[in-house]
Amino acid sequence: MPGPKHSVLKRIMPQLLILAAALALNVLVFPDFFDIDFRNGRLFGSLIDVLNRGAPVAILCIGMTLVIATRGIDLSVGAVMAIAGATSAAVVTDGHGWGTALLAGLCAGALCGLWNGVLVAVLKIQPIVATLVLMVAGRGVAQLITEGKILTFSNEGLIHLGAGTIAGVPTPILIWMALGALVILVVRRTALGMLIESIGINERSSRLAGINSRVLLVCVYLVSGLCAALAGVIVAADIKGADANNAGLWLELDAILAVVIGGNSLLGGRFSILASLLGALIIQSVNSVILLSGMPPEFNLVIKALLILAILVIQSPRITYLMYMLRASGPQPQPDTDPLSNSPKEEAR
Amino acid sequence: MKLRTTLLAGATALLPMTAFAADLTIGFSQIGSESGWRAAETTVTKQEAEARGIDLKFADAQQKQENQIKAIRSFIAQGVDAILLAPVVATGWDEVLEEAQDAEIPVVLLDRTVDASDDLYLTAVTSDLVHEGSVAGQWLVDAMGGTDCRIVELQGTTGSSPAIDRKSGFEQAIADHDNLEIVRSQTGDFTRSQGKVVMESFLKAEGGENICALYAHNDDMAVGAIQAIKEAGLNPGDDIKVVAIDAVPDAHLAIANGEMNATIELTPNMAGPALDALEAYLADGTMPPKWIQTESRLFTADDDNRAIYEQKKDLGY
Repeated sequence: MPGPKHSVLKRIMPQLLILAAALALNVLVFPDFFDIDFRNGRLFGSLIDVLNRGAPVAILCIGMTLVIATRGIDLSVGAVMAIAGATSAAVVTDGHGWGTALLAGLCAGALCGLWNGVLVAVLKIQPIVATLVLMVAGRGVAQLITEGKILTFSNEGLIHLGAGTIAGVPTPILIWMALGALVILVVRRTALGMLIESIGINERSSRLAGINSRVLLVCVYLVSGLCAALAGVIVAADIKGADANNAGLWLELDAILAVVIGGNSLLGGRFSILASLLGALIIQSVNSVILLSGMPPEFNLVIKALLILAILVIQSPRITYLMYMLRASGPQPQPDTDPLSNSPKEEAR
Repeated sequence: MKLRTTLLAGATALLPMTAFAADLTIGFSQIGSESGWRAAETTVTKQEAEARGIDLKFADAQQKQENQIKAIRSFIAQGVDAILLAPVVATGWDEVLEEAQDAEIPVVLLDRTVDASDDLYLTAVTSDLVHEGSVAGQWLVDAMGGTDCRIVELQGTTGSSPAIDRKSGFEQAIADHDNLEIVRSQTGDFTRSQGKVVMESFLKAEGGENICALYAHNDDMAVGAIQAIKEAGLNPGDDIKVVAIDAVPDAHLAIANGEMNATIELTPNMAGPALDALEAYLADGTMPPKWIQTESRLFTADDDNRAIYEQKKDLGY
């Protein structure tokens, strides 16, 4: 089927172009950026760092894309990361195996997701408020688990998830790519993706059309919780310790930003996980520019803000429209590829 | 109750201070337990008081100044002999300190100072952040002994006073040594994971073999960076010298394992010098200096780090 493939490429083209630009900027500040060699049994290079360090946000944004597609938002993912990391560390320091620890972390994440889902889908609390509860309280829960200190562990199996390699490739890279591929397959090869989109566009009519929106909503928050838990375990494994104060701090904002850079509308509806993942890589490339440039740290946030602003301005409906007009020879109507300008219309119908 | 307080206050004011230390009651208003270091400070303060037979009344303010002010007022009402205060913020203390002064209860500040007239408190026991940085710098100067060294620096949270002071102290110490040069400096936010991430970028941007030493503003970042150095196939402590500040248990462990070279202690024992000063003052009125600087002790591989680790690991870090 050449049709869908072509449309996917068309959908992610802006993200690919921006990513290319961000990587080019990296080469500009650090000419050896694309050099990759094999050192100490692992691939070693700045590009690998971008893929590896982008893993937490990439994993978070998979769940976040689904939540945002239902017209929701999950602010608690950073705190859930801290809880899951702390749970895994506590279980593994208790003398259990890494499998049990990972499972315990994921269970903690699932519970958090379930909590959010019930607040949003059953009690009908607005998502931003419902998930704010756990965002604030979650870090306290994590601190209770670690008793306020950095809970260090030395279990090789668990550490392997964050700092290890498989065939030379850092494990986090393989995890986020595999998870991304799996979720994309599940939502696009079945009707699930379309059902989620329909909830985001109009929940009431989807329910009237026979979609069990309540269960679907709970599931979506559950997936987001699971993604956050996985990211939390990876982050803890990476530093061989659960740092309840700092693990995942403000990462919920990066995850939302990745979804937005991926061209997904915060008003819900059509979504692309692939584009969100590219968004996560774009954010990490921007971080990489800052680190490699050697600028004093006082400039970090300013540089990041300017680059992100530029990316969002280029993607804004008005600018895309102008670009379209420039390219088009005849007086054509608005482009149909832009989800931002589409959503309000769909709402009005 | 009021009558008893008045009587007690009157008695303490009138009677010459001949009381034994064993009879002392001291109130301690702690900020909270936001960091491992803070928890260790609480533990050590309780230990120091117990060792001297002092009855320590402990109040945890949970990061709120109003709770601290309430605690101090209740200490005054209970007629304690002295008050230890670790102030959460610098301003807004004049009124309650005056109340303590009126009740003739000496107040000793721990770890941080306040923006109030210095006759409102007996003394302040704090570390000197600039000095800590310069001890680290001096260690590196001595360790390199004139050979060229390209240094990378992991700063604390941008704009925080430990980051600013520890940076300037270190720079002062190496200023006159042309063989030492800071080639990269970036913030690691005082956290392990950022320490690791930033060190990874240093190793790529400079090339691991071109970096001779790492200076981190706290041990946590150094511990993260050590992992990054190992993953790059280099030996931390050997190929790249590592010096940091705080002397948390994990840093002692890293030194014991030969992965780190030196750490400078930010001692959690602020109460020891404070109680010494208080006991002397209450016994015969000896006025301590207005500022007691705690020792910024240097720990290297020459110390028995494994023993220190065992000793420190249960303090609550």
